Amino acid sequence: MSEVAIVGIGMHRFGRTEGVSGRAQAVHAAREALRDSGLRFSDMQFGFGGSHSAGDADTLVSELGLTGLPFINVANGCATGGSALIAADAAIRSGQHDLGIVIGFDKHARGAFNTDPAEHGIGAWYGETGMMITTQFFGMKIQRYLHDHDLKPDVLATIAEKAFRNGARNPMAWRRKEMDAAEIAAAPMISHPLTQYMYCSPGEGAVALVLCRADQARRYTANPVFLQGAAFRSRRYGSFEVFSPWLASERADSPTVEASAAAFAAAGIAPSEVDVAQIQDTESGAELMHMAETGLCAHGEQEQLIASGATAIEGRLPVNTDGGCIANGEPIGASGLRQVYENVLQLRGDAGEHQVPGDPRVGFTHVYGAPGISACTVLTR
Amino acid sequence: MIAGKTTVDDALFVETPEGPALLGSRCTDCGAHTFPVQGGCPRCTGSTMVDVPLSRTGTLWSWTVQGFTPKKPYTGTAAYEPYGVAYVELPGQLIVETRLVETDPEKLEIGMSVELVLTPFRDDESGGPVHTFAFVGVADV
Repeated sequence: MSEVAIVGIGMHRFGRTEGVSGRAQAVHAAREALRDSGLRFSDMQFGFGGSHSAGDADTLVSELGLTGLPFINVANGCATGGSALIAADAAIRSGQHDLGIVIGFDKHARGAFNTDPAEHGIGAWYGETGMMITTQFFGMKIQRYLHDHDLKPDVLATIAEKAFRNGARNPMAWRRKEMDAAEIAAAPMISHPLTQYMYCSPGEGAVALVLCRADQARRYTANPVFLQGAAFRSRRYGSFEVFSPWLASERADSPTVEASAAAFAAAGIAPSEVDVAQIQDTESGAELMHMAETGLCAHGEQEQLIASGATAIEGRLPVNTDGGCIANGEPIGASGLRQVYENVLQLRGDAGEHQVPGDPRVGFTHVYGAPGISACTVLTR
Repeated sequence: MIAGKTTVDDALFVETPEGPALLGSRCTDCGAHTFPVQGGCPRCTGSTMVDVPLSRTGTLWSWTVQGFTPKKPYTGTAAYEPYGVAYVELPGQLIVETRLVETDPEKLEIGMSVELVLTPFRDDESGGPVHTFAFVGVADV
């Protein structure tokens, strides 16, 4: 079995780029990743990629090059990028291929997502009566979580404040203006207890990664980052997921718990060894819950960690150092790969103003999304 | 029509002597419940589900208030906004997602007792109300 390395990273800036299609942003990211690895598209032996709203990834070859490579589209909601990466990991680890590319991109309309219930096997009544709305789910999930763990809602504004602070230090972020917790808490309520600035917005952007067999990585870069573990899980009976007209009375862990445990086990690395983490913060409650579900801390411990600054860039456990989804927005197909891009920057020591001090060695990423899926990676330099 | 009222989807409901109830499924193998009715059991993977009326009373498990008018496929009428949304635990059955009649956060508390009502959420072409299910707080018994 071959180990897997990331040898090239590329990104199209997140946010809103009028007049540039999602596909064009994907091509930009792919060319940047190829340039970073000193390779050409004709060197790629495979491609995996996807978008939710901006077209089929396999059609990018008309711009990147008609080389005959197998290019497989991935569509897994918020885990599209993570799933593409896991597919690439398997392709290299199995010995099928030595070198390839993954591409995630998207371009969404303004405002909250509006999803057709039929796509999820749910009756039209669910959408008509105003329940097919992701923001509601996050409001109810964090409401219950705060209740179960006796946490105060004040922490939600503090998390968003950190996201905007980190985004202001990241030239690739969408939201680059700091905002204080009082202003965030006083903003219009979207879904109680979450206000407007605690949510990320659907946006645009693209990320590409070039991956290869680890034993060949130094042909392409002096600073390879190794994909030590990658895992994907879907929901179990009893978990609490978006677009659920009902939940089981018996409770089960979120797919995040199993996906993160599997990624850490594959890597042979403990959550306590993580130096920098990018975790799904669709809204600030998600960051709060996911800190514990991923094993990075205990349930209920987050309040103290956040208040003490432990999750800041200079803290003991830096979380969402690029500003996360809250400051970058969520182009669904690209979002999971943004996290990996950020961790590669951090492990290379190339993150500039938002660099975690002390030469971080272990990075962790986590995505979570509809209809109850999670994908995680453990990276080292 | 359910209990003399136009609803968004009559298949969601069943009339009982106590009043309209939500219609769910129960697995005859493992006892798991679902809402709405479905043919397969998500718990034991069997396929011997039977229709059952769900409890008309329960407790508030989690809640929020919808703070903006949703895009399509939402079809609600502004006169019925804002609206609350909740998960309500129906004892021994499941936790159902529902609209809430109450929209004042100060009057909502996890664990409070609630019961099922039909509530209007839009007006049809002739101006008559179309109903969906909702829960409303009741005094503890």
